[in-house]
Amino acid sequence: MTLITGASRGIGEHLSRHYAARGHRVIGCSRSPPERPIEGGTHFEVDVRDEASVRCLFAGIRREHGRLDHLVNNAGVSSMNHSLLTPIQVAQRVIDTNVIGTFLFCREAAKLMRRHRYGRIVNLSTVAVPLKLAGEAIYAASKAAVESLTGILAREFAEFGITVNAVGPAPVDTDLTRSVPGEKLDHLFARLAIPHMGTFEAVANVVDFYLAPESDSVTGQILYLGGP
Amino acid sequence: MSERLHALIARCAREVAEQQEAPVAVDLAPETRLFGREGLFDSIGLVSLIVMVEQAIEEEFEAVVTLADERAMSQKRSPFLTIGSLADYADRLIRDAT
Repeated sequence: MTLITGASRGIGEHLSRHYAARGHRVIGCSRSPPERPIEGGTHFEVDVRDEASVRCLFAGIRREHGRLDHLVNNAGVSSMNHSLLTPIQVAQRVIDTNVIGTFLFCREAAKLMRRHRYGRIVNLSTVAVPLKLAGEAIYAASKAAVESLTGILAREFAEFGITVNAVGPAPVDTDLTRSVPGEKLDHLFARLAIPHMGTFEAVANVVDFYLAPESDSVTGQILYLGGP
Repeated sequence: MSERLHALIARCAREVAEQQEAPVAVDLAPETRLFGREGLFDSIGLVSLIVMVEQAIEEEFEAVVTLADERAMSQKRSPFLTIGSLADYADRLIRDAT
């Protein structure tokens, strides 16, 4: 049983199809439905910032399935702008979605996972954190918070047999990166050991590793792609 | 509702204790202390109990409650001290929620 947030497009959509094809019962959620339905998957329209909706989603999973094995916290929004030109409403939306949303899903998932003393949580970070990219202050700060949550929740949840890890992809061709000017991307790639666009498959490979039952001693880790 | 809540909390307490491989041998009464001196649980055990009680309330009373809310944290006498105080606190939250 695998829950993926931000499942209607980009990395979340790819991961949903990837795990549905591997026989997972995939539950996707995002604010809007996926353009093409995911075979073998169920989708719910949920705003990850809304505690009542998130608790309702988990209550439904508990009633319907009684368990959750994997959570991939992929939902995220970005803001590519100089900090002097970033409205506070934009900063708030980025923090609410990326930090509060991730925290809410981790908290509710762990409540469910602890019943079976087994769980895998994977959070999405970004290479923008170690690269400290100019123009991504709020986005990178929100993902730095996600990394901090990952490390601390790994310790708090270890008691319940739950691992918590993060993957920081290099830019992948998604709506999120399409809004970044080409010149900015070139500047970013110049600072990576592997200086080109990342792939969905590379992200899925890391998530596969974290979700594997054999990875029960892998927790609190942040793995970046592209070699920042 | 009070007796149902006592029974629900006692059942959850036994389950958490068994999960912690420290089964409860004594009878569980409203005055049974949940944590602190002579309490049943350490801090992790209490966290597990609160989560389990919230889920059980949701299933049995069809009410979504948050036991560890700001109100609980700000009270001079913790509502989590005994089975009875937790039942009383949960009773109030359920009435507010339904």
